[in-house]
This record gives sequence, structure tokens and C-alpha cells, in this order.
Amino acid sequence: MFGYYVQLGVRSLKRNPWLTALMVMAIGFGVAASMITYSVFRAVSGNPIPEKSERLFIPQIDSWGPKYNLLGNEPPYALNYVDAMAMMRTHKAKHQTMLYPIGLSALPRGGQSIPFTVEGFTVQSDFFAMFDVPFQYGGAWPTSDDDQRAAVVVISRKLNDKLFGGENSLGREITLSGHNYRVVGITENWNPKPRFFAVWGGSSFGNPSDIYIPISRAMDLRIDTAGNNSCRGRIDYSDWDGWLQSNCVWVTPWVQLDSAAEVMQYQQFLEGYAADQQRAGRYGWAPNVRLRNVMEWLDYMQVVPKESSISLLVALGFFAICLINTIGLLLAKFLRRAGEIGVRRALGASRREIYMQYLIEAGAVGLAGGVLGLLLTALGISGVGLLFQPQIARLAHLDITLVGLTLLVSIFATMVAALYPTWRAAQVQPAWQLKSN
Amino acid sequence: MMLQIKPILSALRRHKAGAVLIALQTALTLAIVCNALFIIQQRVAHLSAPSGIDEANLLVIENNWASKLSKDDADAQQRADLIALRQLPGVHNAIASNSYPMRGGGWDQFITLTPDQTTAIGDPAVYLGDEHFLDTLGIKLIAGRNFRPDEIHPIANRENVMPPVTIVTKALADKLFPDGSALGKSIYAMSSTPTVIVGIVDVLQTQSLENWQMRNAYQSLIWPMRQVGDAYYILRAEPGQLAAVRQAAVKALYAQNRMRIINDDGVLDYAQIRQQAYDSDHGMAVLMGIICVVLLAITAAGIVGLTSFWVGQRRKQIGVRRALGATKRDILSYFLTENLLIGIAGVVIGACLAIGMNLWMVSHFEMARLSLTYVLAGIVLLLLLGQGAVLAPAVRASRVSPVEATRSV
Repeated sequence: MFGYYVQLGVRSLKRNPWLTALMVMAIGFGVAASMITYSVFRAVSGNPIPEKSERLFIPQIDSWGPKYNLLGNEPPYALNYVDAMAMMRTHKAKHQTMLYPIGLSALPRGGQSIPFTVEGFTVQSDFFAMFDVPFQYGGAWPTSDDDQRAAVVVISRKLNDKLFGGENSLGREITLSGHNYRVVGITENWNPKPRFFAVWGGSSFGNPSDIYIPISRAMDLRIDTAGNNSCRGRIDYSDWDGWLQSNCVWVTPWVQLDSAAEVMQYQQFLEGYAADQQRAGRYGWAPNVRLRNVMEWLDYMQVVPKESSISLLVALGFFAICLINTIGLLLAKFLRRAGEIGVRRALGASRREIYMQYLIEAGAVGLAGGVLGLLLTALGISGVGLLFQPQIARLAHLDITLVGLTLLVSIFATMVAALYPTWRAAQVQPAWQLKSN
Repeated sequence: MMLQIKPILSALRRHKAGAVLIALQTALTLAIVCNALFIIQQRVAHLSAPSGIDEANLLVIENNWASKLSKDDADAQQRADLIALRQLPGVHNAIASNSYPMRGGGWDQFITLTPDQTTAIGDPAVYLGDEHFLDTLGIKLIAGRNFRPDEIHPIANRENVMPPVTIVTKALADKLFPDGSALGKSIYAMSSTPTVIVGIVDVLQTQSLENWQMRNAYQSLIWPMRQVGDAYYILRAEPGQLAAVRQAAVKALYAQNRMRIINDDGVLDYAQIRQQAYDSDHGMAVLMGIICVVLLAITAAGIVGLTSFWVGQRRKQIGVRRALGATKRDILSYFLTENLLIGIAGVVIGACLAIGMNLWMVSHFEMARLSLTYVLAGIVLLLLLGQGAVLAPAVRASRVSPVEATRSV
């Protein structure tokens, strides 16, 4: 019977090609608009580190006070140098890292070459294990290198290709902004999207990092942050050392806490630290700390660009209108054949069979719409760079999930849209139709 | 015409579903089109905001040194660079600064009117520049004076010196001193040392174009400083010379000293800077435009489809009416009026939806309130669209011959 209904459906669709084309186009455009915007939204709102996002936390300490805090008395987005160093020394969490973005210069091999910029982060040894950074060669520097302020560096595969032609360069020296560093690790190309650990300090969808050096070494060399620096009140420092002691925040801390008990302990530690600062007279206000995990942090920082959310919403509305349009057209199409339905019912077709027949016909429209939608989606995703910032647009891509979703959504949505017209078709009274003919 | 409304309503009662579908589609289309048009207008207004500078002739070069230089070294190198750049043929003037308008982010600083005020009055973008700054960017001084060469100080990274004088934009001056008395007044930029406003310039766009900065739109100030070390060189070419200057400038800098980094994407003219800065605005406007056009087309096509079906269904009744003396005009106006009634129901619901949708976006995405003009324009647009779409089927209906009444099908 299925084959017969498909045949009937195709014949009926061919009978008024204009109406059919209209329905297929409505579904196609609607589903394509939704899928294109969804592919971008999916990329920017995803969980960048799903296995560990619940266990990685960013502590915040109120170092500005209620007079200068962010809206809703939220503490600053990062730590000042003094608090960062104190947290580093206490090392309360089993795994923790301080970090800030840097930009240095590197010189390729060969005398005639000119230097180029490399971007990266100053971090601590735990960074690599905490964030599951994959390595091609070597690995993180040992914790002792952090304490000894060692001149070591972890570089990306891309930089290794550029500087050493891709060979195993462990132990070799590279010169960054005039200082030598020994290569201890080469990462695979790694750039979580969004780059959750540097949302405020750096940029959420920036280029992959090429270098990581110990923060202790960077402080010795006075390597400045390439990211944000935010200060409040009176800026009364006059040079680098004064800046370090100021209330300017620019260091981002991350800790790994593996259980609820550890989270609670760490929260208490933060509050205790803040209370100590208050007692010591450094801060003239009650402890005001936050401990957000990865997804809470991304949500709080509103990492998803509003353009992405708005376009997804508008596209979904657009799809809804296309479906309403389809309901109307299917209704017209099905009821125009009331006579035919009457004959079939009179000849013994049950309501169930009428349902089957018309739902299959709608399914065929949905499938055709889905295929058109797929073509438009592919076209749209290749052109998405014209609409969104390049760094966000390149996150959108057509994968097997999206292909499946496109087809499934269009068939399912069309069948849902067909429910009411089909019901009306099944209600046709055979006697009435036969009489009027 | 009024007499027709009653029979139309009772006829509509016979095919509620179709009428409801058209009304619903009209309503949703109105809601989305209004908001989309409004978004387009907002974005276009944003991206066509003037910058106040001579964009056509400006070039920005990001210059970083390959190794860290002492302040004196960096200062000497920069002076040499600027002399070399200013001597290039086709170059009108050149400066070194910490940033440039529409860079997409940068230095801003809170301003108060007394040293112990804690709530900032303004949060302007901060530009560092010497006495050539105004001339290089092509900014118009409207009151006071430019910096004197002896007021300019080189400043190294993280060095914090409060300059005794500053030049501010009119927007900032008006914000700080609404009575227009800014010239000669002292302001405090997170410091206990006052800075005197010696000049006011007309328009100078900020570095960031984000929402937070747009709340302080056009509020910028210039400090009489030259940022030594890594900096942006801004060049103003003589009219028509920009392409030639672009070629020559980078070459001249490398000839001066090879141990520097000028990346390929570190040399930008204002067409490129604008494109980067307003990327998402441009994209949103285009996307919303496409959605509007396709949406209106689909809605119109849907109305044509459903009305054609009704006309087909009612050929016999139309024939009867014609036979009983109704003119072609009566039939035509019947279908037009019917569509108008459905359309009105649709736009009433749609107007509420449009406003509701906008209010939701206002609370979630910091959007502006939808102006009622857009709702009214949308209503007119959709009613006209409905009438236009129904015209062809209605004309076909009016051509139904009275003979149809006598046929059985």
C-alpha cells in the first residue's frame, strides 16, 4: 500500500506543479534559514570542554568594593597582581593556573628573515592537564620550573612547523622578543571554541595560541598583558612596579575542583582570604566572592553574540510562517480533491487509509523541501562569512548531523503541518460528495 | 461596500480554517517584518555614523619592535620613523598613537569633575597624540587651541603621567559641562592631578563601537603624549596618493630599521577598518533584508494560493450572484473586501506580536524600543500586499460567467 500511496502522492503533486513548488520552496527556505543560523549558534554556544566543564572554576574576588563594582555589585572579571600572586602561593586547589594573554615576536631561521608576531598565554604548569591540551611532542613543564622561573616554552604545532619545519624540536632554543626559551612541549593544533579560559582577558573566538610560557618567568621579564586591564578609583602609580601593586585587574585564575566537597572548601577558602584582606585593611568591605564553572562563566559573560541569538530567533519565526503557509496550501490542495476522497471512501477506504495517503503525500513535500533546504543551507553556510564576523563565520560548517537534522526537521515539520488538512480530508462525507456530483 | 460586509462574514464562517491561517500568517509576518526593518534601520544608522576624520586619505600601520627597547631607544627610533614617514612623497602628515578610531576596542578612562568624586561623569576613549594629531586625522578644532610642541611628552608602557592639558570632543565637553563652559575648565581622569581643557574638537569617533561605549558616543579626549614602543602610525596621504603611500611607507620603515614587525593585516586603510568595525552590523542588515523579502514573497504566494482555491470552490455561487445581477465590480470588491477584513484581523494581532517581540528583545539583547512608525508602515505594507496578492484570483472570479449557475459542477 505504501508504494501505491507514494505513487498517488507524486501524481497529485504533479497535477498542480505550481502549488507544489510553492510548498517545497516555503519549506526549503524556512528550514535553510533556521539551519544556517543554527549552525552558527551551535558553534558559539557549545560547551568547549564537555568532559570537565563542571569541574573547572574561575574564582573572583571583590577587589574594587561596592563603590566601583560592576552592575549588581558583581566583583571584577579578573584578579589584580597582588591577589593573583597570593592565590598562586597558597595553591589551595589541587590543580590551578593563573594566566594572561601575551604577544611576542619570533624570528624564523635564516639570516634574511624578518620577525613576526606570536600570540599566546603565560600560564602555570597545571594549565595543560587542566584543559586537556593535546601534545604532539613532549608535554607541560614540571611544576618546579614555575618555582625556578625557568625560561621554557610550549609551542603549537603550527609554530613548530614554521620555525623547525615540523621536526621534533624538544630541547631546542627559540628567541621571543629578544629572550631565549627552551622548547619543552609541542601541542597539537588546539583552540577550544569558545576559548572559555580567556573570555575577558583575551577574545572568545580568537586565533589559536602559538606559545605558552611560565607566568613567573614573564613577571621577571616584565612582559605586559596583551589583553584587558581594568582599573578603578584613583590611578596613583607611575610605573610598572606601581602598576603591579594597583587595583588594576588583568590576571585570570582557573582552578580544578573534582567534588562538591572540594568546591565547598574552595569557596570557604576564597571567603576566608577576602576576610583576611578586610582584617588587614586592604579591602574596606565584606568578602564578596564568586566561583563559577565553565558554562556558568560563559553564560555570565554573554559569550554568545546577540546577533547570533537574534538571527536564530528571527529564522525560527520565519520557519513558523512557512509552515503556516504550508498548512493553508495543503488544506486547499486536499479539499479540492474532496470528490476523489468521497469516491475512495465509498469504495471502502477507511479513514486510516486516507490519513496514510495524505500524510505520505505531505512527507514527500517535506522531503523535497528538505533537499532544497539542504542545498540552500550549504550555499548559505559558504556565504555566512558575508553576514557574520569572519572569526565567528568560520565556526559554522555543514556536518552529517546538520544534514540529518535538516532533512528530519523538514519532513517532520511538514507532516505536523499536514495533520489538520489531513484530518479535514478524512472528515469528508462520502455520501455528500457522491450526491453533489 | 458596507452592505457587503455581513454576507462576507457569514461566508467566512463557512471556511474558518483558511481565514484563520491567512490572518495568522499576516500577523506573524507583520511581527517579523516590523522588527527586521527596525533592526536594519538601527544597524544602518550605526554603521553610517560619521567618524569625524579624513577617512579617504588615512592609513594605519601597526608597528611592533622585535625586542623590548628602553624608553630612550624607543623614543629615538620613533622620532626617526616619524621623520622618515613625513618626508615620503605624497604623505601630508604622520603621527604615532596608542590607537585609532573604530579600532574595535582600546583605552578608555573615567572622568570626574573633582578629585574625590567617585561616580564618573564620562567614560571617554583616550587617544595619545602630539601637535600633529589633529592635522593628521583631519579633525576640526572648534574652540581653544592645539597642543604646543613643548607640551608633548613621550610615554612608555604602563607609565602613568597625568598631562596638564587635554583636548576633548564637543560631545565630551557637553557631557561634562552642559552649560557649554568646558574650555579652560579642569577635569580629573582617575587622578588627583587636574587636566585643563585647552581645545575642543568637533567629531572624533571612539575606538570601541560596542554598546557600552555607544552610551558615551563620540566622547573622546586627546592627551599630549607620544606612545613610544609598540604603537600605531597614522598617515594622512595627499588626496589620491593613498595607494602609493601604502607601498612606500612600509618599505621606508623597514629601511629605517629591520628589527620590527609589521604584519600583513597590520596595514589598514579606513575602508578596511570600517568593514571590520561594522562587520556584524552589515551582516545583520543584509540577513534581515533577505528574510523580509523572502517572507513577504511567501506570504503573498500563500494568499494567492488560498484565494485561488476559494474562487475555484465558489464558482457556482459566483455564477448565481452574477445571474442575479451582481456586476463584475461587485464580485471583485467582494474578494478584495474579504481579504481586507482578514488582513485587518491579522495586522491587529500582528501589531501586538511585533511590539511584544520587540519588548522581549529589548529586555534580552539591549535593543532599542520599536518606533510605532515601523508598526504603522508594516501594517500598510501588509494590507497592500494582501490586496495585491488577492487581485489576480479576484479578477479571475469576476470573469466567472453567469452561465456557471446553470452548470452542475
